[in-house]
Amino acid sequence: MFGYYLNLALYSLKRSPVLTGLMVLAIGLGIGASMTMITVLHVMSDDPLPGRSTQLYYPRIDPQPLGRGDTNPHSGDNLTWPDAQNLLRANRAERQAAMSAGSAAVYPVSGDGQPFFVPGHYVTADFFPMFDVPFRAGGGWTREQDQQRARVVVLGADLKRKLFGDAPVLGRTVHLKDADFSVIGVLGAWHPQPKFYADLDHGAFDKDDQFFLPLQTALDLSLAFRGQLSCWGSGGDSRKGPDCTWLQFWVQLATPAKAQAYRQFLDDYWRQQQDHGRFPRPVDARLYDLMSWLAYKGVVPGDVRMQLWLALGFLLVCMINIVALLLAKFLRRSGEISVRRAMGARRRDIFVQLGIESALIGMAGGALGLLVAELGLWSVRQRPDAYAHLAQMDAPMLFGTLALAIVASVLAGLLPAWRACRVPPALQLKTQ
Amino acid sequence: MQIQPILAALRRHRLATVLIALEIALACAVLCNACSMIADRLAAMHINSGVDENALATVHLTGYDLTKSADVDARALAALRSVPGVQSASLLYSIPFGLRQGTAGITTDAAGQHFGGVIEFYIGSPGSLRALGVQVIAGRAPQADDFHPFSGLLPEEAPIQITQSLAEHLWPGANPLGKQIWLDKYRFRIVGVLKNLVRPDPPGWPANQRQWSVFVPAQPGPQFTGSYLLRADPRVLPRVMRDALAAVAKALPDVVIDRDNSHTLTELRNSVFRNDRAMAGLLVGVIAALLLVTALGIIGLASFWVAQRRRQIGIRRALGATRGDILRYFQTENFLIVTFGIVLGVVLAIGINLALMKWFEVSRLPYWYLPVGAIVLWLLGQLAVLAPALRAAAVPPVEATRSA
Repeated sequence: MFGYYLNLALYSLKRSPVLTGLMVLAIGLGIGASMTMITVLHVMSDDPLPGRSTQLYYPRIDPQPLGRGDTNPHSGDNLTWPDAQNLLRANRAERQAAMSAGSAAVYPVSGDGQPFFVPGHYVTADFFPMFDVPFRAGGGWTREQDQQRARVVVLGADLKRKLFGDAPVLGRTVHLKDADFSVIGVLGAWHPQPKFYADLDHGAFDKDDQFFLPLQTALDLSLAFRGQLSCWGSGGDSRKGPDCTWLQFWVQLATPAKAQAYRQFLDDYWRQQQDHGRFPRPVDARLYDLMSWLAYKGVVPGDVRMQLWLALGFLLVCMINIVALLLAKFLRRSGEISVRRAMGARRRDIFVQLGIESALIGMAGGALGLLVAELGLWSVRQRPDAYAHLAQMDAPMLFGTLALAIVASVLAGLLPAWRACRVPPALQLKTQ
Repeated sequence: MQIQPILAALRRHRLATVLIALEIALACAVLCNACSMIADRLAAMHINSGVDENALATVHLTGYDLTKSADVDARALAALRSVPGVQSASLLYSIPFGLRQGTAGITTDAAGQHFGGVIEFYIGSPGSLRALGVQVIAGRAPQADDFHPFSGLLPEEAPIQITQSLAEHLWPGANPLGKQIWLDKYRFRIVGVLKNLVRPDPPGWPANQRQWSVFVPAQPGPQFTGSYLLRADPRVLPRVMRDALAAVAKALPDVVIDRDNSHTLTELRNSVFRNDRAMAGLLVGVIAALLLVTALGIIGLASFWVAQRRRQIGIRRALGATRGDILRYFQTENFLIVTFGIVLGVVLAIGINLALMKWFEVSRLPYWYLPVGAIVLWLLGQLAVLAPALRAAAVPPVEATRSA
């Protein structure tokens, strides 16, 4: 029966090529636009560290005075230097690391050529094992080296190639700003997107970091930091002071029970600090796992979410359009349907036949939609936004596009098919 | 033209009529809101910076020891001023549409109780305010003895110029001259009012806060170094900029030129607004696609109705109706459906606008957009129905005698 319906559907579609073309075009445009934006949203809200992300948590303890930061709910997200040191020293999690973004002028090894700026990160020792950072050569540094303010550096793959080519680099020296650093590791391919560990308020889809230095060393040498430095009180803007937040902090906790215990520890820490006259706000320590942290920080820009709604609204208009056109098309064949009904076809048979016809339009529309979506993603990649390069279609999105197109067109065909299969056999024959 | 028979016919095709009206309603709602968003973006992009953008450029140096700042600044300024065509070179912290270096929250009292808002502190060396070309509309511009070196974040007590929009926000209706603002221990006395001086990053702020800036006079020092403002004739500025970068690279070979932040102000302005431009382009695309699909829907349905009613049209023609009567019948029918859709669409447009205002930073829909949107859709409907209606008018009276 299916083959027969398919033939009927193909015949019917071929009989009115213009109407069929209009419907395929409408669903193709609607699906293409929606899938472009759904794909962008999908890649932007993807898990940056699959496998490890469920064990990573961000502690949020807000040391700001009451009333400060009321206009910006994210102003208390970063940590002060003393608090980060206390949490590091407490060592309550399996691993913990404090970090901040920075940038430095790098001098070419050969000695000639202009120095150039690259983005990097100042981190503490646990950063590398905690985030499961892959190394091509060497490795990170130890907590002792953190304390000793070691002059060591881990290079990103790109910077390593730019400075040294393919030569081995472990133990060689790199000149950053006005100090020499010994290379102890080279990263493999590591591009977590969004760059979850950075200050997400300042670009979640930044370029990859090209060097990593011990945080203490960077502070000692007063290298250039990036990201929000938010201060209050009269201590000025000293990074080591208790009244300036600027550090990001991550902990690794293997089980939810340990996470619960750590949250309790944070509350206790808050109370203990209150005894010392700090943390004037009511105790409200929070512990975000990685994905909730990304959601809380709103890494997907409002523009992208609005574009998704626009695209979905457009798809809705296209679908209503198709419902109207299918209704016209099916009712126009009332004569044919009533003949089939009179010859014994059940309503269900008519319904299935028309449903197959709608699905065929959906498949053609889906194929067109894929082309439109690829075109749309290409145009997104041309945009200046930092996330633009992420806009690539992957397998789930590809099948999602086809499925969405078919579901949308079958849904659009439901009402017209239901109307058409209620055509009474006798009456139609009489008017012929 | 009698409307009664048309309404009677539409009642027979209730479902299709409702669907097309719904489509028009959605199109109307999206059209009005998208146009309003485009207007918002364009307004943001055309913000009056208050400075002579096309005559200005900035050079940014970094990567040197701050204790050597006096030497670096002296050599850099000398090199910049030696470039033919440079009218003036001075130091400026925070550059309109460029690097942001002095964003901070202020209070209007010494105790820090009355929060005034987050504003931009432009710190400039002698000559920089004049080079910017900012218009002083009340009080005075900085004088030679206003400029002092400083060692903290900002000069501790400085006479400053404030934009009129910030003054109006802090002291509505009052004369701002002589008033003071505080940033922690820093105290600033207002001695002049500026017409406009845009923030470095206007897209990140609500529309009414984009001009909240003050100008603080200061002498260069370790805390105020390496960020230069160049002024030249707009016609030679690109050449001057190239020469200036070369001159600085030659005079200061061991200092890093931050090329990401060294541009003409026109280039900086373009890059600040590129997201808005991309979004506006996208919205135009959505509107075009939406209108196209809506028109296709109207054409499809009207064609179907014309084909279905060939016999009835023939009968009406045989009974004496002119071609014009048939044409007007379909045009009136379309007008009625579109009107029905627009009524729904206006409600929907306002509803969507309220939702967008709640969830995104979107301004209120100006009400005159609604009648304009309605006229656009009426015209679109009439255009779309024209071809099928002409085909209907061409049906000969003899069609009445033929069986379906």
